[in-house]
Amino acid sequence: MAIFLNKDSKVIVQGMTGATGMKHTKLMLADGTNIVGGVNPRKAGTTVDFDGTEVPVFGSVAEAMEKTGADVSVLFVPPAFAKAAVVEAIDAEIPLAVVITEGIAVHDSAAFWAYATAKGNKTRIIGPNCPGLITPGQSNAGIIPGDITKPGKIGLVSKSGTLTYQMMYELRDIGFTSAVGIGGDPVIGTTHIDALEAFEADPETELIVMIGEIGGDAEERAADFIASSVTKPVVGYVAGFTAPEGKTMGHAGAIVSGSSGTAQAKKEALEAAGVKVGKTPTETAELARAILNAAQ
Amino acid sequence: MDLFEYQARDLFAKHGVPVLAGEVIDTPEAAREATERLGGKSVVKAQVKVGGRGKAGGVKLAGTPDEAVARATDILGMDIKGHTVHKVMIAETAPEILEEYYVSYLLDRTNRTFLAMASVAGGMDIEQVAEETPEKLAKVPVNANEGVTIEKAREIVALAQFPAEVAEKVAEVLVTLWKTFIAEDALLVEVNPLAKVASGDVIALDGKVSLDENAEFRQPGHEEFVDHAAANPLEAAAKAKNLNYVKLDGEVGIIGNGAGLVMSTLDVVAYAGENHGGVKPANFLDIGGGASAAVMANGLEIILGDPDVKSVFVNVFGGITACDEVANGIVQALALLEEKGEAVTKPLVVRLDGNNAELGRKILSDANHPLVQRVDTMDGAADKAAELAAAK
Repeated sequence: MAIFLNKDSKVIVQGMTGATGMKHTKLMLADGTNIVGGVNPRKAGTTVDFDGTEVPVFGSVAEAMEKTGADVSVLFVPPAFAKAAVVEAIDAEIPLAVVITEGIAVHDSAAFWAYATAKGNKTRIIGPNCPGLITPGQSNAGIIPGDITKPGKIGLVSKSGTLTYQMMYELRDIGFTSAVGIGGDPVIGTTHIDALEAFEADPETELIVMIGEIGGDAEERAADFIASSVTKPVVGYVAGFTAPEGKTMGHAGAIVSGSSGTAQAKKEALEAAGVKVGKTPTETAELARAILNAAQ
Repeated sequence: MDLFEYQARDLFAKHGVPVLAGEVIDTPEAAREATERLGGKSVVKAQVKVGGRGKAGGVKLAGTPDEAVARATDILGMDIKGHTVHKVMIAETAPEILEEYYVSYLLDRTNRTFLAMASVAGGMDIEQVAEETPEKLAKVPVNANEGVTIEKAREIVALAQFPAEVAEKVAEVLVTLWKTFIAEDALLVEVNPLAKVASGDVIALDGKVSLDENAEFRQPGHEEFVDHAAANPLEAAAKAKNLNYVKLDGEVGIIGNGAGLVMSTLDVVAYAGENHGGVKPANFLDIGGGASAAVMANGLEIILGDPDVKSVFVNVFGGITACDEVANGIVQALALLEEKGEAVTKPLVVRLDGNNAELGRKILSDANHPLVQRVDTMDGAADKAAELAAAK
């Protein structure tokens, strides 16, 4: 089992024919992802060769879905065109759109989120500014390195890409059901809570690792959700204790504004919900390992 | 990016929000002509990106051009909560103010939408209003795709219970303020106070605007708002090299890949520093997932050029870019810097983990650079870097 993505997922790539799209489509294929097409209206009807795998290019998401039965789209579309690409995915009602693009203007992400909501949220959006998600051994939709971990029983949800990789690597002996990078922008589609809910419902996930960082109040709200609705053990990590107020730390959403969005407040909220919070990524991995060992 | 009041005023004026005349100057003498142009009296307002400047003595009335020069002399160079005043705005004096209101639009991250806020209790800190008299602050979600029409503006005005005689005027301000918010890709536009003056008009007397840097690709005009004078020279140099860098006040230089991992590295170094005389991270620097040799060299150059840095911690997790490539990047970066004649004299602690970690570590060991030490865990490497910084 897994969340949001499995071996049956049929994946298309919006922006496949650009340099980043080409690079990562090749890597996703190498991880066993069932890539059924790319989307580029100017190259519709052609195919792209990825080491012997011919991937057809379609003129639109709707056409790609109709011809291939695709149910996941991964977007590597540059910021200026990302909103139109996400709206296209929403209009086509593809069940999952994974927006890797970094640097999308917040007015654009707020607009496509409002649009998705008005359309009844038939498309789950992950990101933007995220590494995507992976179900090890089954499918990889995004840029998470596929070979740093293996299938297992931990579910991971994180705002940060490299911290996701670090955690997957530290716990590679135990392995993961799915790992979801939800992104570091101020407005994102899938939240910590959505992933927690899915992992709670996934019978193969035995423990959840949740990685947060400064900015906003998503971790605090996730803590409330854990207290009310999650029965599985959750281990947490929050980055940015030393971040100064008012400075954006790499991710557009990673900013402490006045007294809100601090790492300390997030840690306290999570601990109050019964989540064990590690001081460093390594300590967090050890906490997860200890809980799983004790359960055996 | 937060703007100065005068820049906010200019944007308000551009989009039709009623404001008073004003111009920005940076020498006391210029206050004379500016005040003459306003009819002989003015308000001299310190331009700093921090609240409470009135209380700090940064806003003064000038009844004559001479007085304006004197007030500008007092205020220019003044320190307000750690911000030096480099510019003052010479503004038209407000007509008699009868009431002060508050209106703003901002991003509501929690609800993933925009939010209008409006209150008849303006002129004071809105966070205080929200805390003490929340019933006086109307908060109305605004759908990004629907925006603020005059009907929506009237709804906001009604919820905030503006007096009938100004309701329509405030609604019109809300529409023009929304135009500002959208057209400028703002994260915040705030008018406080929005004053009702003796003539019955409402005027934006002070305001705040914060712009989305991710929208720069379609906002070429925003380049002029960048405050080069206030930027830390290292931050400016890093920005010129397209590096994601923030100067902090510690001694351990940090380079890593990925924003989350770098934030985490700062924290781990600060914890380690507790055992080494309280040394702290000197900066945030994210060289991104790729971590190529050229980018690594640029990053090292910035960090080694920081006189506060006593040791450097390079913390890289090899994902798509495997550790052998990163290790080669570090070795090449050091060679590149030495070729350029830059003395690399500060110790570097390098932690590589992830894909091809063994290969990467071997490359570093074989290169045997006298200043480079390898420590293979993040916590251990942070401790070593803190120890080296404390020993200097």
